[in-house]
Amino acid sequence: MTLEELQHRLADLSPVLAPLFSLEFGDAVIGVEHDKIVATAEELKSIGFDRLGMVTAVDRGEFFTMVYRLQSRSLTSAIFMKTKVDRDDARIDSLCGVWPAANWQEREVFDLFGIVFEGHPDLRRIMLPDDFVGHPLRKDYDDPRVIKRPDYI
Amino acid sequence: MTLQVESRSATISEDGLPVEELIVNVGPSHPSTHGVGRVVVHLDGDVVVKADMIVGYLHRGIEKMAENRTYLQIVPLTDRLDYVGSMYANWAYCRTVERLAGIRVPERAEYLRVITCELQRIASHMMGIGSAAGDTGATTMFMYAFDVRDRVIEFFEELCGARLTYNYVRPGGVSFDTPEGWTDRVLRYTAAVRADLDEMDKLFFGNSIARGRMKGIGVLSAEDAIAWGASGPTARGSGVVWDLRKHDPYSVYPRMEFDVIVGDNGDAYDRNRVRLLECYESARIIEQAIAQMSPGPVKADGLARLIAPPPGDAYDHIESARGSLGVYLVADGSPRPYRMKVRSPAFCNLALLPVLAVGHTFADLIVVLGSLDPVFGEVDR
Repeated sequence: MTLEELQHRLADLSPVLAPLFSLEFGDAVIGVEHDKIVATAEELKSIGFDRLGMVTAVDRGEFFTMVYRLQSRSLTSAIFMKTKVDRDDARIDSLCGVWPAANWQEREVFDLFGIVFEGHPDLRRIMLPDDFVGHPLRKDYDDPRVIKRPDYI
Repeated sequence: MTLQVESRSATISEDGLPVEELIVNVGPSHPSTHGVGRVVVHLDGDVVVKADMIVGYLHRGIEKMAENRTYLQIVPLTDRLDYVGSMYANWAYCRTVERLAGIRVPERAEYLRVITCELQRIASHMMGIGSAAGDTGATTMFMYAFDVRDRVIEFFEELCGARLTYNYVRPGGVSFDTPEGWTDRVLRYTAAVRADLDEMDKLFFGNSIARGRMKGIGVLSAEDAIAWGASGPTARGSGVVWDLRKHDPYSVYPRMEFDVIVGDNGDAYDRNRVRLLECYESARIIEQAIAQMSPGPVKADGLARLIAPPPGDAYDHIESARGSLGVYLVADGSPRPYRMKVRSPAFCNLALLPVLAVGHTFADLIVVLGSLDPVFGEVDR
């Protein structure tokens, strides 16, 4: 299904989601407020986006962007769900209740970005040891043991 | 990290005997974990009550390292994700870079990518089935599978000089064209490999001991496979018809004729047999691709050495031997990515182990783990 077809289908299927739809660099994106993430995920799941493909975050300085990629077999399409999370109060509701696939992926984001997923059944570090200090994928993470690469280019 | 043993007290069974939950630690360096993974298993007698999969022993921070390297320097890093299927991560990464920077890939390069990735699928599945068989004691099968795999590795050595980390697929094409007579040798191989696969099918999947070990073990329903984000043979073993080569076609796959192999029961047997049967389809694709391929350039013209895509983000994925392998890149206009994320199929499939192992015996846990075919380089990144 092309992105235009998806946009029309979305307008038919869900009047709530249609105004949130946008196209970014050739991808379909649903932008939501961080407190509406579970409701939006459930709405998208009910119209056919049954697979949670990827959960990740991007450190944008003052805030984090949470990026979810959902896939639909019935619509043969994929959609991104993006939301902003405040850096000082980095917490968001967990999607484990909607897709169990979120379990490990949210643990990874918690481990590497320090974003707390509320309602997650087992929020522990997954990649790094339990006694590790800091969250390495944050841009302000600084480890004096890391040797900086000279800026040749 | 030390093993945390919870305080536990013995209960008295109906027979008046004290019963205690036993905690057994498997790994991180254990031959059956296929790498460095650890499972803390809680046992009631010989039955698994709870299995806690602990990963991260091979975490090298590849996503963090990528933020400090140029787009071309990251290609060798992607080799080290799934080290039994390096071509896939190369390709998934290059597709995302090409999408971000708007690079067009010559047709011959696309064909070469398809041929190498299908050869890689045979090699990777042989590794998966062979080691899963080796875990259950079928050492003969392990040797047979590795013979088939090694011949593929020799083709790759001829093509790009490396046997494991190829660095072959590059943004804008592939690094080398085929050497003289290479395609003929590949065709001779695909013609011969079917007999080897038939033999393995009889030897292992027809063997009553192997069937007894794998049938009905670690049953994954189709609904669970979708809900847990399983992909590749793990999902297809449960009857989920989901193959990106067919359902989100990329490269020259729409020109290829092949079937999506699916299982019925979703047990360890089906997952492993789907892998074996997919090798026949790979051989079919390779033969069609070689027949369709015409001479031409294998690298995009006028490609800058320092790729600096405009600010934006992109995601692209391919069907690797383990499932949907995707790379998400955020560019900020500089020659280095702002963020790279690898959507690893092995990671998502392995999350199923604690669910699938419960209720089976300790020995069956190894069979379940083997049937998920994890590669810890890709799980831990």
